[in-house]
Amino acid sequence: MSGAGAVIEGRGLRVTRGGSVIVDVPSLTVEEGEVLSLIGPNGAGKTTLLQTVSYLTKPFEGDLFFRGQRVGPECPVLTYRRAIAMVFQEPLLFDATVFENVASGLKIRGMKRVVIRQAVAESLSRFGIAHLSDRSARSLSGGEAQRTSLARAFAIRPDILLLDEPFASLDPRSREPLIEDMQAVVRSTGTTTVFVTHDLMESLRLSDRIAVMDRGRILQTGPPEEVLNAPVDEFVASFVGVGTILKGRVKKSGRDTVTVSVSDREVESACFFPVGSHVILCIRPENVTLSVQDGTIREDGGPVTSARNVFPGTVTGVTPMGFYQKVSLDCGFPLVSYVTMQSRESLKLAEGRRVTVSFKATAVHVIKKE
Amino acid sequence: MELIVEGIRKAFWLLVTGDPEVMGITLLSLRVSGLATLVSLVIGVAAGTLVALTRFPGRGFVVSLINTGMGLPPVVVGLFVTILLWRSGPLGFLGMLYTPGAMILAQAVIATPIVMGITLAAMQQLPKKLRLQILALGATRLQLVWILTKEARLPLLAAVMAGFGGVISEVGASIMVGGNIKGYSRVLTTATVMETSRGNFDTAIALGIILLALAFAVNLVLTHIQQKERPR
Amino acid sequence: MKRLLCGLVIVCALLFAAAAGAQQAPAGQRNIILATTTSTQDSGLLDVLIPLFEKKTGYFVKTIAVGSGQAMVMGQKGEADVLLVHSPDAEEKFMAAGYGVNRRLVMHNDFIIVGPPVDRGGIKGTKSAGAAFKRIAGAKALFMSRGDNSGTDAKEKAIWKAAGIAPEGQKWYQQTGLGMGQTLNVASEKQTYTLADRGTYLALAKRLDLVILVEGDRDLLNIYHVIEVNPARWPKVNAGGARAFADFMVSPETQAIVRAFGVDKFGSPLFFPDAGKRVEDLGK
Repeated sequence: MSGAGAVIEGRGLRVTRGGSVIVDVPSLTVEEGEVLSLIGPNGAGKTTLLQTVSYLTKPFEGDLFFRGQRVGPECPVLTYRRAIAMVFQEPLLFDATVFENVASGLKIRGMKRVVIRQAVAESLSRFGIAHLSDRSARSLSGGEAQRTSLARAFAIRPDILLLDEPFASLDPRSREPLIEDMQAVVRSTGTTTVFVTHDLMESLRLSDRIAVMDRGRILQTGPPEEVLNAPVDEFVASFVGVGTILKGRVKKSGRDTVTVSVSDREVESACFFPVGSHVILCIRPENVTLSVQDGTIREDGGPVTSARNVFPGTVTGVTPMGFYQKVSLDCGFPLVSYVTMQSRESLKLAEGRRVTVSFKATAVHVIKKE
Repeated sequence: MELIVEGIRKAFWLLVTGDPEVMGITLLSLRVSGLATLVSLVIGVAAGTLVALTRFPGRGFVVSLINTGMGLPPVVVGLFVTILLWRSGPLGFLGMLYTPGAMILAQAVIATPIVMGITLAAMQQLPKKLRLQILALGATRLQLVWILTKEARLPLLAAVMAGFGGVISEVGASIMVGGNIKGYSRVLTTATVMETSRGNFDTAIALGIILLALAFAVNLVLTHIQQKERPR
Repeated sequence: MKRLLCGLVIVCALLFAAAAGAQQAPAGQRNIILATTTSTQDSGLLDVLIPLFEKKTGYFVKTIAVGSGQAMVMGQKGEADVLLVHSPDAEEKFMAAGYGVNRRLVMHNDFIIVGPPVDRGGIKGTKSAGAAFKRIAGAKALFMSRGDNSGTDAKEKAIWKAAGIAPEGQKWYQQTGLGMGQTLNVASEKQTYTLADRGTYLALAKRLDLVILVEGDRDLLNIYHVIEVNPARWPKVNAGGARAFADFMVSPETQAIVRAFGVDKFGSPLFFPDAGKRVEDLGK
């Protein structure tokens, strides 16, 4: 079902190569002005799907619609190709100056020289490389080259921008500023963008919607928060960084919560499932709080915290992960929590340390197990 | 050794006095080989690009054929072209045997596989995704070929030099199809052979030196262009 | 893509036609293909005669200088219009098979046996070529042969045959497969005997370390005929042009030029005009 603002719609897109199915997407829509990212592990078919959408890979089964017109019979392929712009992981610049590179798309479209000069200058300054205009493309650094490639794509004011892991080969110092600049340009021009990445953080940052792919299929599409917190199955859950995935059985089903027995413990979750269902619990590590306070009940018998799930546990390992620390725990079932460096130090978290683990019922996402 | 010195002196003398026969022979060498290289450039680049960019059944076989063709013995080419152009041959009605036109034809046949092979290699060395990027920029197929050719211009220049070098110095085919006719189809290489067989070694050496100088001069220009564009 | 290729092919064809057409060659019936031998061309005589003929008649002569054998085959296949050759035995077979018409005597020069001044075989002054060859074989002295089926080579082989000697394969008998000038140079270098035509020898004598040892034998005569290729056999042959050239070669003015050719350069003429004579009368 396509919304009123669907720029691209794909139906029944299938790509098979050598007998195996690379892409199998019955339906895909890209709304006007949105940023959609395709994420998934290597070999999931993201790049192939992107190339299908760009009509660069042939043959494929299925139909592609551009603004309601079928590409091929109704909308000529060349017209469609000239409405899109694509940037790859490698800059793929021509052996010429930066100016000539950025102008190449416009030259191909036969624009007048005055128009070209204007458009190129604007694009160069948007990406902060106006000072490189006369430099040979061969002499650019990785970051500068990729900026040139992006500037080349934007210079033609595409209807749709397609990016295939554009930041993957950049070093961290070049990546950050470029991602910011690109985001600024996309937002200010309102360009519809589809981009492929294997970096979850990148896609969370930049996208309006995320589509998670595995083995040629799209498993879930939705805004970042939804995909993060309500993954539709185990694979998506683990891909979006749900640290704790547990199998269990619904023991009790209440008004707004269910109790799931996991190993020999009981976990409460705010949802509904019939008793006896086999389910999978997803608990994001950011939502798991640790405390070294022994008490779980007040003097007057009520619970100390609003978290419905409180367990004693033992730290089985602590791994630094850049900005945070990943703490692996055993509470009768394995659990993962993220804490800050300070917390780790102040709580003296180390292997063997006994702690109290708590997380809210609303933080437990339950998926029915097939 | 003194023969070579004599030859060098004679070469200077012939050039400085502008000996008309030698001038004529030199100009004809340039014209015949130049045109042959031009023809081979046009056909070779087009065909080489076509084979490089398309997939078709039997492609591997065709590529082997091209690579073999790069080493075609010129004398064998000359033989086949002669047989074609004989009065009794299939193209005999053209009456082209023993003309500079026949020499251009034979030399073009020799040079074209060379240009084709180098073009093929050059095109295949371009990044595989470059083709996709150019298409994504909205290029028509013609524009695609043009842009790829521009990207590969350095090796293509090498192809021109290789083709030219191969034909300016060849003698077997030129003698057979040209006939080495004085003032008409006599070029530097065929004249050198003739002078040698007559025993006029000093003249032969002189002509040889002129030929070397000519080839060097042409390659100097082309190399200069190529190296100017060399990646820094 | 296909259109591009077609366009390129057309451009090439045009370039080609332009190139070919840019030559001053007249077309069709103004062309005559003359098949002759390398030694004839190397003598330089044709460089004098051909321009005269062309100026006089307006024909354009394509002089193709190849080995005698190849010249005859060209005539047999109709690839040449007229032949100027000097292999009487092969020529007679040629005429007998009906490939040629109007075989006419033009001129002769002679062969000489040259060799190292040392003259190990002691052949100097021998009157008979065959006797000289016998002496060379007897002394197993080095002999350089052309071995290339040329007229000179045919003459040499005929002399060996007549003398009853089979030199092929013997260590002292070597073959170059090269032209006369080169063979003389090799002979000089290696100090061997060889059979040469007087014209080429005289042209190179200054640089050669060889002297004339045997000359004057009737067997050593090198007789040139002009033969028109039979147009009945090969309609594409330029019969008119061939006739014009042959007539020119035996005309008195041309014969006079032949007589005078080489005198100022070498002190003696290279060729002896014989038009109108009978072959049997030569050498007397």
